[in-house]
Amino acid sequence: MITYSEEAETEKLSFPIYLDNQSTTATDPQVLETMLPFFNAKPGNPHSDGHQYGREAMEAVEIARVKVAAIIAADPREVIFTSGATESNNLALKGAASFYGKKRKRIITAQTEHKCVIETCKRLEASGYEVIFLPVKETGILDFETLNASLNEDTLIVSIMAAHNEIGVLQEIAAIGELCKTRGALFHTDAAQAIGKIRLNVQSMNIDLLSISGHKIYGPKGIGALYIRRRPRVRINPLIDGGGQERGLRSGTLSTPLCVGLGEACDIANQNLDHEPARMLELRQRLYKGITSAIPTTLLHGHMQQRLPGNLNISFPGISSDQIMSAIPEIAFSSGSACTSNSIEPSYVIKALGAPDDAAQGAIRFGLGRFTTADEIDYSVKRITSVITSLSAK
Amino acid sequence: MTRKVNTNRYLDYNASAPMRPIVMRAMQEAMHLVGNPSSVHKHGREVSKTLTEARDILMETIGAKNSRVIFTSGGTESNNLALHGRSIGTTMVSDIEHDSVLFAADDKNRIPVNSDGIVDLKRFEEMLSLRTSPTLISVMLANNETGVIQPLHEITSIAHHNGCLVHCDAVQALGKMDINMSHLGVDLLSLSAHKTGGPKGIGALIIADGVKLGPQLVGGGQEYTLRPGTENFVSISGFAATLADIQAQPEEISRISKMRSSLENKLRQAFPDVEIFGCNGPRLINTTCIRMRGLPAETQVIALDLAGISVSAGSACSSGKVTPSHVLKAMGLSSTIANEAIRISIGWATTDEDIESATKAWIALQEKALLGDFLGEHQDT
Repeated sequence: MITYSEEAETEKLSFPIYLDNQSTTATDPQVLETMLPFFNAKPGNPHSDGHQYGREAMEAVEIARVKVAAIIAADPREVIFTSGATESNNLALKGAASFYGKKRKRIITAQTEHKCVIETCKRLEASGYEVIFLPVKETGILDFETLNASLNEDTLIVSIMAAHNEIGVLQEIAAIGELCKTRGALFHTDAAQAIGKIRLNVQSMNIDLLSISGHKIYGPKGIGALYIRRRPRVRINPLIDGGGQERGLRSGTLSTPLCVGLGEACDIANQNLDHEPARMLELRQRLYKGITSAIPTTLLHGHMQQRLPGNLNISFPGISSDQIMSAIPEIAFSSGSACTSNSIEPSYVIKALGAPDDAAQGAIRFGLGRFTTADEIDYSVKRITSVITSLSAK
Repeated sequence: MTRKVNTNRYLDYNASAPMRPIVMRAMQEAMHLVGNPSSVHKHGREVSKTLTEARDILMETIGAKNSRVIFTSGGTESNNLALHGRSIGTTMVSDIEHDSVLFAADDKNRIPVNSDGIVDLKRFEEMLSLRTSPTLISVMLANNETGVIQPLHEITSIAHHNGCLVHCDAVQALGKMDINMSHLGVDLLSLSAHKTGGPKGIGALIIADGVKLGPQLVGGGQEYTLRPGTENFVSISGFAATLADIQAQPEEISRISKMRSSLENKLRQAFPDVEIFGCNGPRLINTTCIRMRGLPAETQVIALDLAGISVSAGSACSSGKVTPSHVLKAMGLSSTIANEAIRISIGWATTDEDIESATKAWIALQEKALLGDFLGEHQDT
């Protein structure tokens, strides 16, 4: 192990240290670079095909679509742009329910899905669909047999996220896809957290609908995509009506720079798939080992191996997340997911793992990212362990 | 990428406008902030602060104190949210609305407009008196194709008198005229940033105090739970900077207005009987919807494109279609006439040279069309 003086180490760091990459990521400078011309020098509306400005914008949008499709091994014609993963998830579930709802009524999802999937399913339940919220195992992994048992002839769609936003757990997407295919149900996966961290292939994994977000993969905020299988064709009804852009499935002027940014972010993530996840894993292990060797009572939430490489979700008995967060303002991490950060309720995800209320109350999440350094991790280990030690002594 | 630099003169601002440099700077600054505005840590709080400031700027510049500002992905989503999210009865919309309002409306009865493109208030009142259930009325502030400005204040008075609420699509009006939500009296107002030099992919729905609305998308509870999803604060900062820039440059509107007058005067001098649609009533200062005799709009757009002028036939989202404009037809124009109309729209970066070139190109093309020798000419001049 390399030794160094603490001051020298601290000098190199810039505060606060950002360890909240599951919440959102910094836009990659290279992504930004590709977006900039489309803000001013190339102002065209990509749907104005009558002139050069419109055509150059459309061309850029289509190149971006190819790049987005490439990261999930899809055909570009299977990808539509949306405002983000929340919209993609809403569109996938409500859109499919509205198209196939007369024939089939059952929707299957997990208790630990992202809020926007849970809320969408609750809406559908209120309007007459039968929704099953499956429990998960203590590790956060969905029990395959339970899923198998709940699938029936009436099942319209199964929605299971590829990688979890809070606990980082990776579900067995390929197996679930295969099962849905044999049982004749559609399979949707929210891949907002998984893109760029694990390899996804909509063909081999039998995925029918897949949601993507820009800002979780070093791309811009306000853009996402939905993959919709063409062969065999999966149909959905639109949520937003208007000019009929995106094959009539998502009206509204496409934002050329945001589409270009998402395309570039996917492209970079695709190229980095061979080494970036490995680096994340190494740093995450350094963080986890550093903390647990000093605080052996540390509780880990979620499966250790079947997990996003950059994610860590832990708690310390008797200590609340609020206490830890207010004691360490120079490191940005979170309790639960960002969209529910403002509420003080314990995480419904941690509770679904069967953990006691105080573990749910105490869970903190670290999300390591492309720009996280080993020095930042070493500093964090030191700060966290010293704060936990002194909080435990009280 | 190696490609020929686009040197066309851009006169299609109603489709989308180039971004103002100040907006670009504001966005580049915002891009340095990392956080998710819902996170409680310092990164998150900083972002959350810029969001609050942006909301305040919006409320202030459009006279919407005590309202709720819901940021959306743009005008289309705002219009859909207003119409689909309503808590009452049916919707009634004007004949000349944007497709995002027309298709979201469930009632097929449309409020007609007169030959100047202005909502027929008498008919509107009659239609309302026949209603038995509460209705959401939707009328745009200014039309995207003709620029005609609607009497929203009167429409709102009539609607409120009849116990109805009013939604107004002000997407094209923003930055081209004064908008004061409380003067207009409307209950819901849709805005978009990119039509006036802001970023694409961001818009807002302003909800007046006390007006109830339900969400279209559900999820994390952002935007008063009316529009979940991580806030696109970079674009939101750009939106706010756009409005601040417009407010800081009150002379911009008169400058654009002068250029438009100069364009129309020159065309009238060359062809005294030239038809400019909607020019008899109040109209946006930047829009000219004009007929060229003897040449279909699509051919005009292509010929002008080759001559270095970017304009469009009708609205951008329906650019691909060949159907004549529903707006011009609603004004009582025949399909033949409607088929010969194009839209020239200018904005903050338009120069006198742009106007000069466009004028020359249009006049040259009309002369050719009248001589009937257009076909067979493929010269790129």
